[in-house]
Amino acid sequence: MNTAKQYRSGLVENFDLYAPKLVDKEEYFAAGHRACQGCGEALAIRLMCKALGRDTVIVNATGCMEVISTMYPTTAWKLPWMHVAFPNAAAVASGVEAGLKVLRRKGKIKDRYVKTVGIGGDGGTVDIGLQALSGAMERGHDMLYVCFDNEAYMNTGIQRSGATPFGASTTTAPPGKASRGNRTWKKNMPEMMVAHNIPYVATACHSYPIDFMNKVKKARSIKGPSYIHCLSVCPTGWRCDSKSCIKMGRLAVETGAFPLYEVENGKYRLSADMPETLRPLEDYIKLQGRFRHLTPDEIGYFQERVKLEYKKLMTKVKSSR
Amino acid sequence: MSKRIGMEIALAAAEAAALCRPDVIAAYPITPNTHVPEHLSEIVAEGRLDAEFITVESEHSAMSACAGASGAGARAFTATSSQGLLYMAEILAIISSMRLPVVMIIGNRALSGPLSIWNDHSDIMSQRDIGWISLFAANGQETVDMTIQAFKIAEHPDVMLPTNVNLDGFQLTHVVEPMLMPDQEEVDRFLPPFKPFAALNPDDPVTLGALGLPDIYTEACKSREEVLLNSKKVILEVWKEWEEQFGRKYEPIEPYEAEDAEVLMLTMGSMGETAEMAIDELRKEGMKAGLLKLKLWRPFPFEELKEAVKGAKVLVVTDRCLSYGGAGGPVALEVRSALYEEKKRPVILNYIIGLGGRDVMVDHFMEMIRTAAKADAERPEKAYEIYGVRE
Ligand SMILES: Cc1ncc(C[n+]2csc(CCOP(=O)(O)OP(=O)(O)O)c2C)c(N)n1
Repeated sequence: MNTAKQYRSGLVENFDLYAPKLVDKEEYFAAGHRACQGCGEALAIRLMCKALGRDTVIVNATGCMEVISTMYPTTAWKLPWMHVAFPNAAAVASGVEAGLKVLRRKGKIKDRYVKTVGIGGDGGTVDIGLQALSGAMERGHDMLYVCFDNEAYMNTGIQRSGATPFGASTTTAPPGKASRGNRTWKKNMPEMMVAHNIPYVATACHSYPIDFMNKVKKARSIKGPSYIHCLSVCPTGWRCDSKSCIKMGRLAVETGAFPLYEVENGKYRLSADMPETLRPLEDYIKLQGRFRHLTPDEIGYFQERVKLEYKKLMTKVKSSR
Repeated sequence: MSKRIGMEIALAAAEAAALCRPDVIAAYPITPNTHVPEHLSEIVAEGRLDAEFITVESEHSAMSACAGASGAGARAFTATSSQGLLYMAEILAIISSMRLPVVMIIGNRALSGPLSIWNDHSDIMSQRDIGWISLFAANGQETVDMTIQAFKIAEHPDVMLPTNVNLDGFQLTHVVEPMLMPDQEEVDRFLPPFKPFAALNPDDPVTLGALGLPDIYTEACKSREEVLLNSKKVILEVWKEWEEQFGRKYEPIEPYEAEDAEVLMLTMGSMGETAEMAIDELRKEGMKAGLLKLKLWRPFPFEELKEAVKGAKVLVVTDRCLSYGGAGGPVALEVRSALYEEKKRPVILNYIIGLGGRDVMVDHFMEMIRTAAKADAERPEKAYEIYGVRE
């Protein structure tokens, strides 16, 4: 089947049906920021903000999104927004949440519910920000944390992170005579969050906007900690066409490289957008320069491991029924 | 009315902080400051203070949570020591640049290694250039008073800068002293509620912590420097108000027997109290010795220092920290720079003392001052000396 046609039907159908009614017309993350062409992370943030609405405070870790959106004296943010450093978005958000709570209790600010939302890239979340995030989740702050996972430290020039997939070429994991790119398997961050026993964990991708926004809305409604891991395509870092951003996200999901699911109070559920059968992984990786050097054997290993991880996930999904 | 109490100073510091009604406290345990947050958590648990106490998983997060709370418009407080302060280091300069008036107590402790839980000033000195206001207490009463003053100074609309109050680990934190503890009504009268100039509010969204390109970074530094220098005016005002309300006088450099002194010693922190006894002894012997106790470290009181040393022939500066590979201790470096342009200035000697909890006794201070007294005629060869090194 012609893939382009398939995307058009899937995506646009959904939008015709839901978008006009459900999606906030207001832009809280304004155009004119300095993200690269075809940036999935900026799109995801725009969608997230629409789902969150105005009674929200955003705490941003250092990274691409902070840099492209707040070049003084300009700002793309129409929501109250704070950035302090790279490793501490969840800790700053802890303070914001606690501050708003106590000020509201003491009658020093308006008596209304404002959601605190921490955001960061994969580096700022799964590596250097992991300790702060673990602490914030474990303490049970009423906060949503969204990781925008573009699978490397993009802001500093495509270095590998703990979320970089197997085999990918990065500027610190380059393929060469003695190396085949990134040797490690992507850290399973959503699973680590599940292990914190928080009420809500989900994976998402900007290529499924309605699904992503619904998950953000659900997380917003939970009074307690919640976590969304949003795959965010980075054409610059993945060495793919900037116009392929949406398609690439869908291929990541359809091949099972990045499955969409939710874990509500420990119960796993596959998201509705997951296909019945997974596409071959090659459909996804052959379009990206970062995997160009992989041999058929390596692709074979990659494919088997994706299947294995998917099977592990499905076991959890089935046992949750 | 203030109450006379006998209490461990760390606990008194916590009581004083609680009287300032902080909204958010975020802290992580490290000796020797730990009794401050422990006692605050007790005060919150007893319901005496309505605050959110965040038991963060690190000092980096303690300071980050304080930043977030302050950004939300809340009054934020923390305390730490040594490795904890260094663990926070990344955030400290960001907080002052963002003009978030967080107040922190530092129970000063040596830096590892070798690992030492005992006192010196190498922790705060390693964080000297972060744009915070730094006060140094010499005893329990000053600790209580400065903790309360710190909030008023930090949150003054002309200042809006984070402020740290330094007290020597163990030598102050763990010592029981008699103190006057103000009551709630007195503190409420002295300290107005915190009014942030920008807060995270959906009705009026602000972007806090934007990216500064080279066209703005220098100006941001300049404005931070200006406001820190200008804060001295506010500090002096606040100290005047304190004196009027509570009758205890504070000044950047407190003199002791200094008026006619030919040999002056300068100390910072608790050792000033021991040095006073040395001065008393030397005066009995007929030596014109005096003492200057530095209480305001940042912004540095240049004018006050020049004035204070005018009549002296020799100035002995003590430091509880060494700038490795540099020209001695950080206090002496500052003092030398301050006096360099003066036409008439005393000979300056620098002793590095009390590192990692090494005791410095009255006799030791007397010996230092006696040796220094000769330096007027015989210029010392070395810019500084580490005092009392065991051969
Ligand atoms: C403590 C610290 N270490 C390193 C950096 C440099 N740094 C800034 S952003 C960044 C990478 C961000 O990567 P990620 O979190 O994945 O977000 P992205 O830029 O890809 O969106 C790095 C390494 C920093 N700012 N602070």
